[in-house]
Amino acid sequence: MNAAEQRAPGVLLLAAVALLSAAALGYEILLTRLLAIVQWHHFAFMVISIALLGFGASGAFLLVAGERIRLSVGPFVALAALAFGVAAPACFAIAQHVPFNVLELPWSLRPLGSLFLIELLLALPFFIAATAIGRALIVFGSSLSRVYAADLAGAGGGALAAVGLLHLLPPDRTLDGLGAMAAVAAGLAALRAAHIARWTLLANAAALIVVLAVDPGWGELRISPFKPLPQALRVTGAKPAESRSGPLGLVSAVENEKVPLRWAPGLSLLARAPVPEQVALFVDADGPTAIVRHRPGSPPPAYLGDLTSALPYHLLERPRVLVLGAGGGIAVLQALGGGARSVDAVELQPDLVAITRDRYSGFSGDVYGHPTVKLHVADPRAFVEAGRGEGFDLIAVDALGASPSGLHALEEERLLTVESMRAMLARLSPHGLLAVTGWAQLPPRGGPRGFATLVDALRTEGIEPAARHLAWIRSWNTSTLVASRSPLTEARTAAVRDFARARAFDLVHVPGIEAGESNRFNVLERPWFHEAAARLLGPERERFVRGYKFDIRPATDDRPYLWSFFRWAHAPEVLALSREGGSGLLAVGYLALPVTLVQAAVASAALILVPLLLVRRRGGRSGTARRPVTLGGFFCLGLAFLMMEIAFIGRFTVILSHPLHALVVVLAAFLVFAGVGSWLAGRRGTGDSGNSGSITLPVAGIVALAAAAIAALPHLTSWLLGSSPGTRIAAAIVLVAPLATLMGMPFPRALARLRRLDPALVPWAWGVNGCASVVGAVLATLIAVHQGQAFVIAAAALLYAAAAVACGRMGRESRNREGSSRG
Amino acid sequence: MSGDAGGAQTERPAVPIVIIMDEDAATRGATVMIDRAGDDRALGTFTTLRPGGRGRTGGPLGRRAFLGAAGALALGWAGSGWSDADYAPARRGMLDAIADTTTRTAASTGVGAIDPTVMAALDRVLRHAFVPPEIEGLAYENRPLPIGHGQTISQPYIVALMTHLLALRPHHRVLEIGTGSGYQAAVLAELVDRVHTIEIVPPLARQATERLPRLGYGNVDIRLGDGYHGWPEAAPFEAIIVTAAATHVPPPLVAQLAPGGALVIPVGEPFSVQMLLLVRKGADGEVTVRQILPVRFVPLTGGH
Ligand SMILES: C[S@@+](CC[C@H](N)C(=O)[O-])C[C@H]1O[C@@H](n2cnc3c(N)ncnc32)[C@H](O)[C@@H]1O
Repeated sequence: MNAAEQRAPGVLLLAAVALLSAAALGYEILLTRLLAIVQWHHFAFMVISIALLGFGASGAFLLVAGERIRLSVGPFVALAALAFGVAAPACFAIAQHVPFNVLELPWSLRPLGSLFLIELLLALPFFIAATAIGRALIVFGSSLSRVYAADLAGAGGGALAAVGLLHLLPPDRTLDGLGAMAAVAAGLAALRAAHIARWTLLANAAALIVVLAVDPGWGELRISPFKPLPQALRVTGAKPAESRSGPLGLVSAVENEKVPLRWAPGLSLLARAPVPEQVALFVDADGPTAIVRHRPGSPPPAYLGDLTSALPYHLLERPRVLVLGAGGGIAVLQALGGGARSVDAVELQPDLVAITRDRYSGFSGDVYGHPTVKLHVADPRAFVEAGRGEGFDLIAVDALGASPSGLHALEEERLLTVESMRAMLARLSPHGLLAVTGWAQLPPRGGPRGFATLVDALRTEGIEPAARHLAWIRSWNTSTLVASRSPLTEARTAAVRDFARARAFDLVHVPGIEAGESNRFNVLERPWFHEAAARLLGPERERFVRGYKFDIRPATDDRPYLWSFFRWAHAPEVLALSREGGSGLLAVGYLALPVTLVQAAVASAALILVPLLLVRRRGGRSGTARRPVTLGGFFCLGLAFLMMEIAFIGRFTVILSHPLHALVVVLAAFLVFAGVGSWLAGRRGTGDSGNSGSITLPVAGIVALAAAAIAALPHLTSWLLGSSPGTRIAAAIVLVAPLATLMGMPFPRALARLRRLDPALVPWAWGVNGCASVVGAVLATLIAVHQGQAFVIAAAALLYAAAAVACGRMGRESRNREGSSRG
Repeated sequence: MSGDAGGAQTERPAVPIVIIMDEDAATRGATVMIDRAGDDRALGTFTTLRPGGRGRTGGPLGRRAFLGAAGALALGWAGSGWSDADYAPARRGMLDAIADTTTRTAASTGVGAIDPTVMAALDRVLRHAFVPPEIEGLAYENRPLPIGHGQTISQPYIVALMTHLLALRPHHRVLEIGTGSGYQAAVLAELVDRVHTIEIVPPLARQATERLPRLGYGNVDIRLGDGYHGWPEAAPFEAIIVTAAATHVPPPLVAQLAPGGALVIPVGEPFSVQMLLLVRKGADGEVTVRQILPVRFVPLTGGH
């Protein structure tokens, strides 16, 4: 490295670093989207977590080979950015061609080889970007916190850029957009290079942009043939009619005149009315939900009255109905058929609504244009919380979206938590009903958890005894829960019985139910559902939940994982059964967590230790630095940062009522303000002279703010949920800012200490931080599923404290060393 | 239209229903008779639901023309370098696995052992001839397999259990919805005189049309089309098996079920069967439904 470089990175290079960092983070977000489309969410989680170890690998690489890199930083970053620009779309394209079927995993470990290959391919772009950023960090050691600040701030911008790309481009083109971004970064960095190199690099960057702009066709999505959309498209007569994409997903409509979809979960076996023709709607190739053919002016299709979800309409007279998650409008039609006086339909996914309303307005009898129907494109949770005044006679929630197989175990469900159900109960008219319809999986899981959650909500609202306010029925594949603020009258109870009997649905619970009344039509080996309901209403409820082989604790805002049922206590039994047909018991989605954690731990250990051994074998200098302590310190910092960040994202997913807004706003706020913190930290303390600045102080602040967050977040949640989206976003930023600023300080300061102690180890610490970030992210989700997000925040604060202790030792050592060398 | 709907309670159900409760409801579940007297299409008929009941064991061994098949196969299937005979030990291993799983799941399925005629049929069907050549070696593992076109072939144990539950006799008319590879159809064809099967994915239907006769199953009628409507011309059926994913039991299929017949549906995502739905129609037209968990699993721990 030459003297000029030692001096300062310069604005152009900082901008290039920021832009490359933005592209890397954008890649993470876009991959998450794309892999959720072509495979499933949990697969995306697993693959991307591991791919991010590319950051850890870059540290190992720089430690071992960094000194042999002759290229100066400018051209190096430029080359790396160019390589990233090619690799980002290309690696995804190649990875898509690796044959892999995640669904087969419970049956065989054979696909693991392919999985590893996919992870390796997707790690490459991250490795390239991280190597360039890491090298800039090392070379400009004396202004390292400015480089780190550019890195963090750039990443924050990358989160926003990713969403922008999802808005602007179809999903299969977004990676090309990202590649172009990297090409611009290459151009900026190239300006620092000498003549010929400069023009060559610039020409290449321009060429890359041109190639990506004309669409090399790399991005084409190859969706798993086992996902519902490709399945539907194989059927004779299937016509892909329309597809629209946005940050919230890819919506595809499929028509089929020859073999129309007939989606009617829970339809009575005694139903006579035909299920009319439907158009299938898929979100991220999953689903379907449907739009039903309906002639305006004629009564809505009669089959809708023979679903379990029709129950509340038999207990109500001309109700004012709120349908949450209206999708293609089936529940709205059902409400109209059930005699609704008015229907407020809420749907978050704008494309679902747009397709139903625009393209199929004729087909659907213009269900959303009906004079008594009011459509709201909004988050259902926020809609419920924001409402005031006049109550609804019926709030209908459909939880049939998520498939019952456990593929969605890691996804958060904000609408069916205790807090959310309380809010819904509060919006009911005095005799109004809350009705929730979901799949009736076997062995029972979602049903009992939904019931337990509703019982909790009733109790905390002071509506007791809950047993008198609840009814629950089931068909062979769906179940519908109904809760009322006022006790269910004799007449209503009788109406539930009549409704169920006439359609061969089973009673699970009604006030005063007798044991023999349940499990009559759809006969199970034992009346599992009824027994669960009885226990959950009785005094031994806690014991029952503890003794159940699935996790059926009520879902809360702190632990909104409605679909995650796995319990470690029963893992051996479930795992043993999975290989002989019991894979239906497995929460495949959940299992991605431990599998990822193990992979991450093994790979991290290798990436951290192997280069160390290599360097020592080569007779690397120093060795005085107390490596285990240093390692511990940096590892804790990496873990803690990500755990804090993930827990906050989770929490703000509820507050911002929008999964993607939460991710992007909170992530960007965390990164940008951590960048600010890093920059502030560097103004005093990371330079070559003087003391490196306190780590204890910011950590003390972090611990204090974390404690405050744990105490205040539950109250803030319900308070903020009632306010406008703008207010909520502003509040999120304001709340994150101080914490994130403090969180940006310890790492550059610790790095500065290490640099004085043993500069050769700086790349290694960069790698340790990268590995710890990956492990931290997985650990955060794993802990949140079982213990909740508040617990994750507390654990992160503890880890910060531990890191402060370890770094304190490093600091003493560096002072001693300097003292002795001076003295 | 909602303006004149006149309230849900009065509007629905549209058909007056008379419900007669059985006396000993508490002990074995009630028999509920639903008299759809007001339904003009079904005046005076009774649809009855009676839960409970165990699977009968099947009738005598169905004799199917199979002798030619082995010879034809020996010529046609040399792809893997393995002959059909080479797979015989693997197939016996599969039968052992089926028997083993059946015993261990007896408590939750109510099936203590698979009918020997069903086992014999499974022993005669060359499962490796129904899977893509690349995974021929896995054919006899007790697991579901991908058969191409995004479709799967069920785990042998599930095939055995479903076939057992149908309680087939040689003269039974059988309808299968979802031909897929044709494996299940071949097993059925070993047991009865005539099998009807419907497949909706054209290449799969074509493949089965070529494959089944080649393997000697001349008694299978394959149709490309929507299984939802059943096969009215050949109805009624003593047994119906719906291997295609269904969100509800298609009413036409229940209608095409002969008195005394059984309909079985495996429920679950690809590669994982959650349960089996068994619908039986009594001699008098009454319908009973059982849900069977095909694993040995009790959701509660021992203490309860
Ligand atoms: C699980 S596979 C059946 C496996 C098959 N029984 C075997 O032994 O290989 C389900 C099959 O049902 C077909 N299918 C899906 N929907 C259908 C429908 N409505 N009518 C007929 N077949 C259908 C699918 O194409 C697929 O081949």
